[in-house]
Amino acid sequence: MTEFLQQLLNGLSLGAIYALIALGYTMVYGVLRFINFAHSDVFMVGAFIGYFVGGLLPHGTFWGGLAALAAAMAGCAVLGIVIERLVYRPLRGGPTLNVLITAIGMSLFLEYSGQLVFGATPRAFPAIFPAKVISLHGLIISMNQVTVIVVAAVLMVGLQFAVHGTKIGTAMRAVALNPKAAQLVGINIDVVISFTFGLGSALAGAGGVLYALNYPSIDPLMGVVPGLKAFVAAVLGGVGNIPGAALGALILGMVETFVDGSRWSTYKDAIAFAILIGILLFRPAGLLGRYRAEKV
Amino acid sequence: MLEISELSVSYGAISALRGVSLRVGKGTIVTLIGGNGAGKTTTLRTVSGLLRPTSGSVRFMGEDITRLPAHRIVARGIGHVPEGRMIFSNLTVDENLSMGAYLQKDKAAIARNRDYVFGIFSRLKERLRQTAGTLSGGEQQMLAIGRALMGEPKFLMLDEPSLGIAPRLISTIFERIIEINRDRGIAILLVEQNANLALEISTYAYVLETGHVTMEGASADLRKNPQLKAAYLGG
Ligand SMILES: Nc1ncnc2c1ncn2[C@@H]1O[C@H](COP(=O)(O)OP(=O)(O)OP(=O)(O)O)[C@@H](O)[C@H]1O
Ligand SMILES: [Mg+2]
Repeated sequence: MTEFLQQLLNGLSLGAIYALIALGYTMVYGVLRFINFAHSDVFMVGAFIGYFVGGLLPHGTFWGGLAALAAAMAGCAVLGIVIERLVYRPLRGGPTLNVLITAIGMSLFLEYSGQLVFGATPRAFPAIFPAKVISLHGLIISMNQVTVIVVAAVLMVGLQFAVHGTKIGTAMRAVALNPKAAQLVGINIDVVISFTFGLGSALAGAGGVLYALNYPSIDPLMGVVPGLKAFVAAVLGGVGNIPGAALGALILGMVETFVDGSRWSTYKDAIAFAILIGILLFRPAGLLGRYRAEKV
Repeated sequence: MLEISELSVSYGAISALRGVSLRVGKGTIVTLIGGNGAGKTTTLRTVSGLLRPTSGSVRFMGEDITRLPAHRIVARGIGHVPEGRMIFSNLTVDENLSMGAYLQKDKAAIARNRDYVFGIFSRLKERLRQTAGTLSGGEQQMLAIGRALMGEPKFLMLDEPSLGIAPRLISTIFERIIEINRDRGIAILLVEQNANLALEISTYAYVLETGHVTMEGASADLRKNPQLKAAYLGG
């Protein structure tokens, strides 16, 4: 039982991080119908911002940790907006394949610029949040895990409000549903797209810091694997669907953790992906996605 | 009010409009009729800024709006109820209406416009919390018109508002269109395949065929035109 709860907790915190990344993939797909492959590298940049800003602040305090988190979110929001503005926007309206290839190029650009600037050697991530470990009837709860889960939960509630409770959030949903109709009511699509990139990238930045807290070493290629997992989670939930991305990420985090704790742990990724393929065979549009023919 | 001159539009290699000119006077209802693929929707979309013409111009209240982005054109006071309604199906009726007022900052004006919309389409008021995609076809059309009215347009374009709607509701919707024009003084450009109805409520009409205006005149005259009768009015 303790074992089970322990895995549940681990799975939850891993899933929460995947969710923070997956949301950005799914929101951008929602408004632009393309996968921003550079998103996982924005996540990496978030971890590095957390590393440098966290290094300047006293370690092991909540306010220091939150300040580093906020800096990573703000920095990544700006980065996401700039990437869209300078790289993707000029290609908008052209063939989707061009943008996809450009996104892959952007991803490689960020990874190798990262190696150039930060070096390829992994660095130890500082304990920016209080890092106590509590033992509860054999259950080991690290403060870092609690921080991850709480921060992710707060951010997701905040996102829910941003998307459903604000005018620009409603406009974002309107653009995702029908960009032409959105323009006809006076919505400036460019502004909504910038907003979407900013929001998604900020969440990825937070994800980067939280990931680094629990897997405490960072390097310029650290985004690749979690980014791929989060992308799969977004597809699993139904790409373009916000609650779907969160759900898909939690399922993926859980499956991965439980398989990892079993005797098949060597095959954890293979098994996790096999389950996903199985689900997608039965629900091709993802768990919460609704199938619709690609719009022209 | 609106003046389109020598407008040509193409989709890649396919040319859809070839030098279309038409005008809509202040406070009038003008109709644009024509068969499938004549270029009616293309005309409206070009006025709205969703499409860019290869040549020609669109002037609104004396100013050239040809190359403005769509949201700027809305801000000038042009409303567009698009073909196929294009309501935001996953949003509620309420959210659809507030998106219609996207550019409107004045809360009192928004409240006034909502009351006006509920006055003419009371069904919308009863269904405010409902997801728009679950409305009937006729109700969706009412919502599409309501949404456009929330932008407080001076000029409104409607693209086949009778399409796919129960006959019983068609007459209601046309009555409302007349009302909107009469009470609010909104000039209207109505695209219709149902030429009888369109000629009945309009004062002036243009007939579009394969990207050309082939006929124009006072609606009352066109209704008696033998050629038009044969082609669009069922003999
Ligand atoms: N997105 C598009 N790509 C290529 N060609 C198009 C596109 N949209 C319209 N066309 C072509 O342009 C021409 C005019 O189309 P348009 O939709 O303006 O006609 P319409 O008069 O509105 O017809 P309908 O009454 O069927 O709605 C048609 O030949 C059509 O095939
Ligand atoms: Mg049409």
